[in-house]
Amino acid sequence: MSIEDKIVADLVKHRIELVTTVPCKQLAGVIEKVDAEPSIYHIPSNKEDEGMGICAGAFMGGKRSAIVMQNTAIGVTINTLVTLTQFYRMPLPMLISYRGELGEPVACQAEMAVHTKALLAQINVPTYHLHKEADVEELDAILAYTFMCNKPVAILTDATFWNGY
Amino acid sequence: MIRSEVIKSLLPVFADHHVVCNIGLPSQELHLMGDKPTNFYMLGTMGLSSSIGLGVALAQKEKVISIDGDGSVLTNFGTLPTIANNVADNFILLIIDNGSYGSTGDQPTYAGMKTSLTAVATACGCENVIECQAEEAPATLQKAIDSNKMTVIVCKCESGNIKVPVITMDPVVIRDRFMKSLEARNA
Repeated sequence: MSIEDKIVADLVKHRIELVTTVPCKQLAGVIEKVDAEPSIYHIPSNKEDEGMGICAGAFMGGKRSAIVMQNTAIGVTINTLVTLTQFYRMPLPMLISYRGELGEPVACQAEMAVHTKALLAQINVPTYHLHKEADVEELDAILAYTFMCNKPVAILTDATFWNGY
Repeated sequence: MIRSEVIKSLLPVFADHHVVCNIGLPSQELHLMGDKPTNFYMLGTMGLSSSIGLGVALAQKEKVISIDGDGSVLTNFGTLPTIANNVADNFILLIIDNGSYGSTGDQPTYAGMKTSLTAVATACGCENVIECQAEEAPATLQKAIDSNKMTVIVCKCESGNIKVPVITMDPVVIRDRFMKSLEARNA
């Protein structure tokens, strides 16, 4: 099973029925699989905070949701994570491409990479870093944890995890 | 008419429908004039009323009305294409357009100048976009509810505010009673 298939299988296993995505080259494969999964309503967002709003609404409407996004969006979603997702205590798995790590060809991506974990730590978002392909096995437990504690949880997936660019 | 008068005139139309209300004064006014579990008050995140409302509408069957403002829609412009392309016929976006950022001191917005939110929503692909004057708001909203079609209403009104207290209710309480109400209605 490819890591993309495994990720989507875990989303389905945890009854996630709505997924919003903002594209990243690294996430193209998983976005395609999400779109093809019949039990998931895939709703592309134009900006990540908008997507978090949709996820908050879906949760209140009784459906589990998740967001797929790039780490560069952490900067523009801090307020939403703090004053919506955390303030109202809502679960939100965030599958994040961790651009700017080893193997990164675009220098500018490294600028946000160095702030990614610090920003997430500053706002007390539990953060998991999937580095090796086998780390995908942890996703099942991370999703269970997210819905147990009703928090936004960051799942950073770097280039090594995705086997390069 | 100013926004608080529009909201007051709409209370009988909101009736027992679920309402997601924009941050700041709109939520404080709705809370003061007609607090109930079917209201979800945004205490933070300017701009996301329409996104939250769309999410609620897509996840379940009950009707959802998002009260938004012109300034907030301008803040989250990307919401209009998303709404247009993800049709939920149980969703109504009610933009109370007073041409100003009311909660922050009535600074003018571009919606009160050259930019027409009605034209923008239509250009984004929204199919039922209705512009009305403040006095027509109750009838327009009732018609949208009865149509069972996703509708965007742009209600033009005057700029101005009344004094209202802040909402001190705990956010988790606001969220929990709103969820329980929806759950019961969908059961």
